[in-house]
Amino acid sequence: MTLDLPLIWAALIAIAVLMYVVMDGFDLGIGILFPFFKEHRDRTAMMNSIAPVWDGNETWLILGGGGLFAVFPLAYSILMTAFYAPLIIMLLALIFRGVAFEFRFRDPRHQSFWDLGFTGGSIVATVAQGIVLGAFVQGIEVDGRSYAGGWFGWLTPFSLFTGLALLCGYALLGATWLVLKTEGALHARANRLAQRLAIGMIVAIVAVSIWTPQFNLVIAARWFAWPNIAYLAPVPILVAATAWALLRSLSLKRDVQPFLLSLVLFVLSFVGLTISLFPYIVPPTVTIWDAAGPPESLGFLLVGAVVLLPIILGYTAYAYWVFRGKVNADDGYH
Amino acid sequence: MLDSLDAAILARLQFAFTVSFHIVFPAFTIGLASYLAVLEALWLWRGRDVYLALYRYWLRIFALTFGMGVVSGLVMSYQFGTNWGPFADRAGPVLGPLLGYEVFTAFFLEAGFLGVMLFGQKRVGKGLHFFATCMVAVGTLISAFWILAANSWMQTPAGYVIRDGQFIPADWWAVIFNPSFPYRLTHMVLAAYLTTAFVVGAVGAFHLLRERSNEAARIMLSMAMWMAAFVAPLQLVAGDLHGLNTLAHQPAKIAAMEGHWDTQQGAPLILFGLPDMQTETTRHELSVPGLGSLILTHDWQGEVRGLKSWPKDERPHSPTIFWSFRLMVGIGIAMVLMGLLSLYLRARRQLATTGWFLRAALVMGPSGFVAVLAGWITTEMGRQPYVVYGLMRTAEARSPVDAPAVAGSLLAFVIVYLLVFGAGTYYLLQLMRRAPAAVERGPEPGLPQRAAGITPAPALQKP
Repeated sequence: MTLDLPLIWAALIAIAVLMYVVMDGFDLGIGILFPFFKEHRDRTAMMNSIAPVWDGNETWLILGGGGLFAVFPLAYSILMTAFYAPLIIMLLALIFRGVAFEFRFRDPRHQSFWDLGFTGGSIVATVAQGIVLGAFVQGIEVDGRSYAGGWFGWLTPFSLFTGLALLCGYALLGATWLVLKTEGALHARANRLAQRLAIGMIVAIVAVSIWTPQFNLVIAARWFAWPNIAYLAPVPILVAATAWALLRSLSLKRDVQPFLLSLVLFVLSFVGLTISLFPYIVPPTVTIWDAAGPPESLGFLLVGAVVLLPIILGYTAYAYWVFRGKVNADDGYH
Repeated sequence: MLDSLDAAILARLQFAFTVSFHIVFPAFTIGLASYLAVLEALWLWRGRDVYLALYRYWLRIFALTFGMGVVSGLVMSYQFGTNWGPFADRAGPVLGPLLGYEVFTAFFLEAGFLGVMLFGQKRVGKGLHFFATCMVAVGTLISAFWILAANSWMQTPAGYVIRDGQFIPADWWAVIFNPSFPYRLTHMVLAAYLTTAFVVGAVGAFHLLRERSNEAARIMLSMAMWMAAFVAPLQLVAGDLHGLNTLAHQPAKIAAMEGHWDTQQGAPLILFGLPDMQTETTRHELSVPGLGSLILTHDWQGEVRGLKSWPKDERPHSPTIFWSFRLMVGIGIAMVLMGLLSLYLRARRQLATTGWFLRAALVMGPSGFVAVLAGWITTEMGRQPYVVYGLMRTAEARSPVDAPAVAGSLLAFVIVYLLVFGAGTYYLLQLMRRAPAAVERGPEPGLPQRAAGITPAPALQKP
């Protein structure tokens, strides 16, 4: 058998990360948008729209981290050390975000504090993820099998920009999710926010697409050299088409399309990043084959992934199906 | 050198702190998930509203605890990399897939069905809802299976070869079912059940002390004490077998736990003493001659190795684990006594009405958590100075992160954990202070009206 196990696993982990980004993306987006909704009932409805699913969504992040540890231990070891500060800040922020789902209902007197924790946690976690993404694209200094950069190697103008860009993107996912799941004034408000956020997201995609090839000639060559430019042209064309359709569906006050089109925008951006960085898992030095664990480990876990991932997707879809339809403030169990 | 030493200690402190906080939550949710499944089964089978009331009462507590377990567990999945990069790099091929299977088989299962369990009573039929509860309970047990397989492998590594410095799995069956795994898994799952039982028992006792006729509280205490009566003695046996397994594979840990310095036949059981790593003695010893050998080798004259037979840099820190071990065993014996007393009082139909017993049950409420932490400190500190026993030293396992960075993140974890989990514990106690009603219907005052909370039980009986 000549399966390219590292390649298969790189694809699987990429899918896990993408699943995380789009699924926890709209959860975190709800937290980011909390300050725009002051009404107590609105906030409760917003939280109830994600309360049954947020935990499953966050599990994809554990799969991303755990999967990296399992099949690309070298990359896990280097990346976790390189992104030490933003990752720890992200984890702490996710703690505040996660406990708020319970705590805000348990303690009416301190509800505003836990709402603040929910919003602050969502914003900080998102910006930290965006910073990690930007620093990852820019490249990581490696010596032998260890990280060789400084404490603040992850902090650059570009990574700060990607941090803010992701903030805008997750807020867009959150807003379009609310368009899908809510009714009335809350729904109308979400639609107006989504229109502005969609424009922000499109601007951010264009900016990153122009900025990235400036500092990385390899990425520039990959996109713009002939004949690649012809093969890869569909990606930006699809982005443009999706962006147009998204704006149009929002102005037509559609319920479902804005969320789906925002997801497509994320998927396309992700595809673009993959094209830029492949085959590096620690750009610009360590490839997926360098970092891969032994075939014994990759094969063993792949069996599980092949059997279990479809089942997981099945009951995840079922959970979403159970909680389909519009939500309101009275859907909790507390 | 001094710097790297400090950073190493700080990194260990950080791991100890985050994992100690974390283990408290699963220790409770593993037991509580099974308890909820039993309660829902009883409700479906007997149709008595009091079981549904109990289910809802404990479901709220479960949701809160589970949420804290998730967020503190997420931290753990990144701790290996942030502070222990070289360990992750070298042991990743063996441990990573085990944790990967934990995510695939346990975390997704729990998270996927938790939503249905918490919010779905109105949306799915009774059978499906019960199925969701069972899946969450099974998920917690599967999670324990994989994480204890990984931990046990670090204690008693097996089924691997070393290639280019990395541990490479050669035989997965041997990796997973490594020598200490079956004992550790049994010991931990029983510990989780006992921990939960004593919390449930304490809550029942608390409300019985206030109102002796509270039916729901009586059921809590009764069910908890059945667990104590049968599982606590089983745990003593499981613990003894686990100890014998440790003696076979990690004799230095046993010597440090027992405070034995010299190898001797007919070794005493030291009940009290102050092991001293410098002078290589156990001071102020109070001991029973020969009993140490009897317990460890099941022979009065059996030979027991002392710590002096290992070089100084291979000895676990005896003063710590000598006492953490005794604390755990002491609590275990107290649990067995509670179980026996409960049988006696139950036979006389005085279980729910005996004031001193109720107060004792209340005091024993948090004992399981203390025992679990003491047990983990014993086994993990006893593994030192190795991270992979006998093969990789903890000192080699650390990331090249400077001491101030580790100290800073440790400080941040301490502040956030104390604030968040302090508040969480307070909310848990608040929920437990609320008396369980015979029919759990109304939400707490001050909360928005919530449909699931106000639906009367009969309305839920539709298909």
